This record gives sequence, C-alpha cells and structure tokens, in this order.
Amino acid sequence: MLDLGLDVLFKGSNMLRLLQGLWVAMQISLVSIAVSMPLGILCGGLMTMKNKLVRFIFRVYLEIIRIMPQLVLLFIVYFGSTRVFGWNLSGETASVIVFVLWGTAEMGDLVRGALISIPKHQYESSEALGLSKIQTYRYIIIPQTVRRLIPLAINLITRMIKTTSLVLMIGVVEMLKVAQQIIETNRMTSPNAAFGVFLVVFILYFLACWPISMLAKYLEKRWR
Amino acid sequence: MAETLLTVENLTKKFEGNTILDGLNLTIQRGEVVVIVGPSGCGKSTFLRCINALEPIQEGTISLQGTPIVYGSKNLAEVRQKIGMVFQSYELFPHLTVLDNIMLAPMKVQKRNKDEVKEEALQLLDRIGLKDKADSFPRQLSGGQKQRVAIVRALCMHPEILLFDEVTAALDPEMVREVLDVMLDLAKQGRTMIIVTHEMQFAKAVADRVIFFDQGHIVEEAAPDEFFEHPKTERAKQFLNVFSFEKVEHNK
Repeated sequence: MLDLGLDVLFKGSNMLRLLQGLWVAMQISLVSIAVSMPLGILCGGLMTMKNKLVRFIFRVYLEIIRIMPQLVLLFIVYFGSTRVFGWNLSGETASVIVFVLWGTAEMGDLVRGALISIPKHQYESSEALGLSKIQTYRYIIIPQTVRRLIPLAINLITRMIKTTSLVLMIGVVEMLKVAQQIIETNRMTSPNAAFGVFLVVFILYFLACWPISMLAKYLEKRWR
Repeated sequence: MAETLLTVENLTKKFEGNTILDGLNLTIQRGEVVVIVGPSGCGKSTFLRCINALEPIQEGTISLQGTPIVYGSKNLAEVRQKIGMVFQSYELFPHLTVLDNIMLAPMKVQKRNKDEVKEEALQLLDRIGLKDKADSFPRQLSGGQKQRVAIVRALCMHPEILLFDEVTAALDPEMVREVLDVMLDLAKQGRTMIIVTHEMQFAKAVADRVIFFDQGHIVEEAAPDEFFEHPKTERAKQFLNVFSFEKVEHNK
C-alpha cells in the first residue's frame, strides 16, 4: 500500500496538537468576525451617506486594505508598529487587529453594495403607501438588504477562516504551523508525513468552512 | 358637482434649470376620472409625483381636501395614506408575499386589526381574480398580475384618490387588458382617479375629462369625445395623429 505518512498523526499527541492548532485559528477568525461584522455594517451605512468627505475617507481606507496583501498588513502591524510605537503585541492580538481591519473594510463594501442595489422605486412605493422613513427601512429596505448580504457575508467569513493560515508568519502557532512542526520532527522516521499531515489539515479546514458555505447556499435558495 | 377633492394652484416644478411644470392649475371633484395624455417628457408623470410629494416643487400649492401636501413636511405620511399610487414598473416588495404586500401598510401605518385587513385584502384579491395567489411571491407572478396586486395594495389603504402613472407601459400587450379592466371597474365604482396613459382607446372609455399636457402646460382640457373627435388646438391634433396610420398603398 502507498505510504501516505498518516502514522505520525497517531504518535504522541500529534492529532490533538493539530486540533489545538485549529482551535487557535478558529479563535482568531471568530473574534475578528464577531468584531468586524457589526463594524462593517456601520461602515457600509456610512459609505452610502451623502457627505462626500465621509465617503472619501472610507473609500481610501477600503482601497488601502484591498490593495495590501494580508501578509504585508500582518508584518506592518506585528513587526512595524511594535517598533515604531514601542508597544507590545502578541502574534494573536496583531492577527486579530489585521483581520478586523480587513473584515470591516470588506464587510463595509458588501453592505454598501447591498444597500445601493435596492432600487429607488422600493423607497418611493413604500413612502407612497404612507410608511415613514423609519418604517420604510425597517420593513422594506433592511429585510431586502439582509437577504442580499448574508450569502456574501458568509463567503467573507469562510475567507477569513482560511486566511488564518498566514498568521504562522508572525509566529502564531496555529494549525498549519503545528503541521509543519510535526513533519519536521518526523523527517527521518517518516519522510512521507508531509502528504498525510497536510491532507488532514486540508480536511480540517474543509470541515470548518463547509457547513458555513452550505448555510449560505441554503439561505440563497430560500430567499432568491 | 360634488365636493372638490384635489386642488392644484400655480404648480411650478424646475429641475436643473429646466422648467418641467409651468404654473399648472387644476381641480378635481370627488368621483371624477381624469386622464392625462401628452407626448413623452411633457411632465405628466412628474405632475403625479408632485401630487404625492415624491418631488420637491418650486412654486404653487397642492392640497387634498384642504390639507396642503408639502414635500418633506411632517404630516406627509398622513396625507399620503389618502393618496394611492401605482407606478409604471411593478413596485411590489419582492421579499413579501402578495398578501403581506397588501397588508403591510394598513397594519403598520393605519394600525388596523390584522384579521379585518386580511379579510378585506382577500376580498379585493378575489375581485381581481387573484385570490389563489395570496401566498405567492411577486417573482411568481406575471407583469399584469403584479400590477393588479399593486392596485389592490393601494386600494386597501382606502385612499380618497388614486394616481396611475403609465401602469401598463411596461406590460406585454396581452396583459394590458387585464389591468385596464380593473381600472375600468374602479371607475364604475365611482373612485376618484388621475390616470396618465398612452392607451387612447382606454382613455376615451374611462375618462370624465381628458387633459392634454405639453411642455409643462395644460394645452387642452375637454370631455373625452370632444377631445378625441374634435381637438381644438393644433398641438393636440398633431399628437393624436401619431396614433392613426395611413394605409399603405401596395402597388403591384
């Protein structure tokens, strides 16, 4: 039989360590998601405001975050800002900061897109029926925005989970780092371990993201 | 005649330096059906939108039963309840069922009892032959059906006056009829209506009074027979000629 190098997973507490690594990754992404979703909604609302200055500021923020690879952002915050400002950041905190900055910008743009995609007629026919501004938002605009938004937001969430694989570059021991450690340690005894271990990493990422994608698909179908 | 419902005095609407409506005066009596016709861009749709304060106006006053209708004013929602409006593009709320579309405003704005509103909504739907669509979503309906539901949605608010803004313009020809029939039925019930349309045959049949708009002015105002048979102004004659065709002579 092919040697996939799966045996190393059962040595010592390797499997448990991998799962702990996944937990670290999930913690970083879940905390970031929990913070950046509401901030993003606020941001998106502000981006649709008539005030040109506010819109300009958010535009610049969004473009900077978008153009910058997440890895560079991680380096700037973890290595750069700590030197310049002399503060002390753990790798995890730096990761959360970067992910929140990124998630807020992207979520803000999604919210903005969803809000402006509601046709003007929807506002007008609601007002023509005598609904107040607040009622128009509550019963007509927000429900439609949320329906458009949820599949997109869930897509963003899965991207945020997957992108935690970059934080090993600033010394956070998450799942991918643990996987590398396991492979390195067993290089002599089990040279094929790279395949088996990364396969398991793949499956674990899949298990973390798949239910979320399925939920998005389900909601998209239901609200089409 | 009966009481005056709507009064428009010296209505002037400007947009980006252009005068869209130029000092219009109009009164509408209760139970009257007024049809507005005119070339595109003559301001007839804008006129309806001004009546419902969807557009700011520069001069003049509009009042319904003595209550002024002012763009952006506080009591606007209250006056608007008395004005039902149906638009050209189907304006149902896509995330609500047909029944919820109809019941939303009566329940949330007029705070009426749910069961009573539901009963009325179903009755109205039955009348236009769409009772079985009550739980459908707008996307499951044809254009004509959506427009009929939009009319019912406006009716369920018990408006004093109904405004129709080219409601059949975006429909396939075979669906136009079913919508016009609903409007004819409303006219027979004695509803007060202002209708903007390009359907001349329908205008002739439904109107008590026809108003011909051109370049923001009321050019001609007459009973339908009079207007369509013997238009007085040159402009109206030209306009009506667009709708008749000379037979092509086939020379073999």
